[in-house]
Amino acid sequence: MAMNWKRALLLTAGVGVPTIALLSFGMTRDPRQINSPLPGRDAPAFTRGVFATGADPMLRMEVGDTVRMAEHRGEIVVVNFWASWCLECRVEHEGLSMTASEYAPDGVKFFGLLYNDKEEAGLRWLSQMGGQAYPALSDPGARVAIDYGLYGVPETFVVDQRGQVAHKFVGAVNPADMRVLLDSLLKANGPSQPVGSDAPVSRTLPAGGDGS
Amino acid sequence: MIRRRATRSRLTTITLWAAVVLLAPWHGAGAQPAEPGVVGATGNTAAGSLDGNTQTPLPGKDPVLDERVKAVSKVLRCPVCQGESIQDSPADLATQMKALVREQMASGQSEEQVLDYFVAKYGQWILLEPRAEGINLLVYWLPVVFLVLGTGLIVVVVKKWTKPVPATDV
Repeated sequence: MAMNWKRALLLTAGVGVPTIALLSFGMTRDPRQINSPLPGRDAPAFTRGVFATGADPMLRMEVGDTVRMAEHRGEIVVVNFWASWCLECRVEHEGLSMTASEYAPDGVKFFGLLYNDKEEAGLRWLSQMGGQAYPALSDPGARVAIDYGLYGVPETFVVDQRGQVAHKFVGAVNPADMRVLLDSLLKANGPSQPVGSDAPVSRTLPAGGDGS
Repeated sequence: MIRRRATRSRLTTITLWAAVVLLAPWHGAGAQPAEPGVVGATGNTAAGSLDGNTQTPLPGKDPVLDERVKAVSKVLRCPVCQGESIQDSPADLATQMKALVREQMASGQSEEQVLDYFVAKYGQWILLEPRAEGINLLVYWLPVVFLVLGTGLIVVVVKKWTKPVPATDV
């Protein structure tokens, strides 16, 4: 009988301990967190139209203007995906808008991309929320969203001066985190300004530019 | 007589037990448990007017393309659903992804190229069935290893238990 107890103990230890170890390792992982392959890679280029102007004079664009990602090489670009039906977007909105104004003098560009929503609903939401410092763009067919590997809103991508995705925020952005990131990018890669031009604005470059 | 019966019932228990143990990993490694529409997540809105493409043949016009699109859509995970493919999901994003798959395939891309595109954007996570490479190989081979080990264990144990016992029981 003594033998059996010993055996049972060994078996429990042999099977139980690894199982518990495996399960407890599993507890440290968040299955809802999906690592994006984008950070460190070139940011997907897009060309999208403005449907809301943006309140900050340094960031403002006119309705109908076109934003071409390729023309923003050399600049830090923050791409925020949002929707009027998205609750978390309300949480981050004010902080994001303020951060955009704060960093506009440093040449950091912010764009909001409307995800699976109607422009009218987006405009209504923006006026309800007290406006937005940076322009909002529409994304028909969610093509840009898919190109950025979006799986929910809000998600925010920070593109550095080299045109690479520096970071992806999932969920509401904490302005403090955003400031830390932008500061470090400005410090590491120098000022945020368009490549190969002294003019601060290069919105109307020909589409066939060398894209570097 | 009594001994023989006891042995047999023991054998049955072992066999059943072994079956459970052996089948468990197979089950785990098998297809994704389909749980359609448990959580709506963030995907569903009333915005139905957002169609990006117009020059791709519409569904129904090109049966061959339809089949190819379907085959790819079946293995792509809908990001806003729970374990559902974009083929099965009615969510907006799934529909838009399907439209993109169709457009890419209509423009001559292969199944592999389309899948690679989505993997580059979303990571391996977007594939409902993990690719048999790297650490994923464990999922494919561990069950086989367990099967072999388990069978060996059963053989050894059963042999031991069915060995005639010297009559020195107390």
